[in-house]
Amino acid sequence: MKISLGPLLYYWPKQKVEDFYQQAITSEADIIYLGETVCSKRRELKSRDWIELAKALEGQGKEIILSSMALLEAPSEVKVLRQLCENGVVSLEANDVGAIQLLSESKLPFICGPAINCYNASVIKLFVNKGMQRWVMPVELSRDWLAKTLTDCEDLGIRSQFEVEVFAHGFMPLAYSARCFTARSENKGKDDCELCCIKYPNGRITTTQEGQQVFILNGIQTQSGYCYNLLNDLPSMQGMVDIARISPTGSESFATVQQFRDALNGQVNYLPLDSKECNGFWHQIAGLEKH
Amino acid sequence: MELLCPAGSLPALKKAIDCGADAVYIGLKDDTNARHFAGLNFTDKKLVQGAQYVADHHKHLHIAINTFAHPGGEKRWQNAVDKCVDLGANAAIIADIATLDYAANKYPELELHLSVQASATNTASIAFYKQNFNIKRVVLPRVLSIQQVKQLSRNTDIDLEVFAFGSLCIMAEGRCYLSSYFTSESPNTVGACSPAKYVRYQETDNGLESRLNNILIDRYQRGENAGYPTLCKGKFIVDNNLYHALEEPTSLNTLAMLPELMGAGIRSVKIEGRQRSTAYVEQITRVWREAIDTYQADPDHYQVKESWDETLANVSEGRQTTLGAYHRDWQ
Repeated sequence: MKISLGPLLYYWPKQKVEDFYQQAITSEADIIYLGETVCSKRRELKSRDWIELAKALEGQGKEIILSSMALLEAPSEVKVLRQLCENGVVSLEANDVGAIQLLSESKLPFICGPAINCYNASVIKLFVNKGMQRWVMPVELSRDWLAKTLTDCEDLGIRSQFEVEVFAHGFMPLAYSARCFTARSENKGKDDCELCCIKYPNGRITTTQEGQQVFILNGIQTQSGYCYNLLNDLPSMQGMVDIARISPTGSESFATVQQFRDALNGQVNYLPLDSKECNGFWHQIAGLEKH
Repeated sequence: MELLCPAGSLPALKKAIDCGADAVYIGLKDDTNARHFAGLNFTDKKLVQGAQYVADHHKHLHIAINTFAHPGGEKRWQNAVDKCVDLGANAAIIADIATLDYAANKYPELELHLSVQASATNTASIAFYKQNFNIKRVVLPRVLSIQQVKQLSRNTDIDLEVFAFGSLCIMAEGRCYLSSYFTSESPNTVGACSPAKYVRYQETDNGLESRLNNILIDRYQRGENAGYPTLCKGKFIVDNNLYHALEEPTSLNTLAMLPELMGAGIRSVKIEGRQRSTAYVEQITRVWREAIDTYQADPDHYQVKESWDETLANVSEGRQTTLGAYHRDWQ
């Protein structure tokens, strides 16, 4: 099984992003996704910069993928998407059906990202015919759902035509809105947000009135309050999952990658999850729960 | 402009037609639709009666098949499409690409509307569904500003349907897993958000508490109106501030925007609320019928009547209404 670093979901200063990817290139990750997937106002790195960064990382032993935005509302955002699609070197992770449209029009292969509603084998088949090479399962689905879907894919004769990737560690993107919740948390409107996301390199923690950590506010994205961790579930992925995704939170993510690598090599035994971790979705229970 | 009203039961369907709906949308009694609640929706017998009533009044019937087919269970979604055709429904509202593919191939004559749950917000995405499944209409997610709706209308030749009134979903529909994160059940997989079976109200020393799967959503003091604990409308704490971190209990109301929606060439205005009572359907349909007729009779002097707003506020969540994402300030 391979390990990937998912796209950076937070808004960091340009230098920090560049430093992060310089480290990533020497990490244990096999695949590196990069690009802005949350908000088009985040322009520390413009789309051209992301493309340059992706090209610079190419050819250093890792598979490099550009990830596209999940929620595309304005024509300008579709224009940027088109630029990414036409970069000429690096493959794309499509996070909106609009990206699949542009890529398949150009006969370019693509990865179906976790923000696309691909819930069954018939959709996978249709996407494979359009050039899908890898399916990143929606985060809310379970091992059981995956197993049944892959059985259906066998029946359709397409099982060997795509890879399977699972979001395995990090704060899960759970929803996208027109509203910016980070700006709202500062009593600002989205149009006057002053790019305040940059003040929160890991989003803003949101708790219930009893102190239970339920969400992380990350601009227009709402993330899980607990960190998803499928480290102990790697054995149950064997034969189904080709890639485990680690969603970056900072340089500590490289230690997580190393830990997953060690686990895959049989060098880590069972590690109990802490009180702010969860693995519910994989076990078909509430996402925030622990199995 | 079509007035499209919800019906969760046969009496509601009849009331909508009687009060001036041009079309009604309904769901089957299973998890193929996103209002899969106990006691709601149409059995086979009621479906036939409902379809007959709509046809007798020369109105239109849309059937929502707007959840995502489960692996090994695709037949259920296909059967829903078959039923839609057998009934002679005017349109199927579909979200899942697998179900769209089945419907488009097996019934090329069936009019397909892209459900809001498919989350198509841009021209490229709409082009995908049009080219592959020949959809005739897109129901737009409640994440676009009125300017963005207008831009979309200018840049695509497909019919657009927008939400005009009802409970306000603040996330891009079909891409929200908050409900399954809290309860294991989501609109996409089970056809319900914040399902009732997980809801508890408890009187405590701190006031009345509403919980979803035991997670505290809100607390109410004596005399305060306790709302349904839809999880995105609870009160949470960010850095010591207690507030409605995502959204307040409020409903969408676009009566004031009707001229702009008309001007943008919107084909249909949709009223949310298949889970609501027959009385709700009656009141909402009457107000919206009158508003549309008033506008069409004299577009230049259209004004929202106070009595319309009052009626709508009475059936709104928390008695509050908003223009939602249509208005940039909300965002």
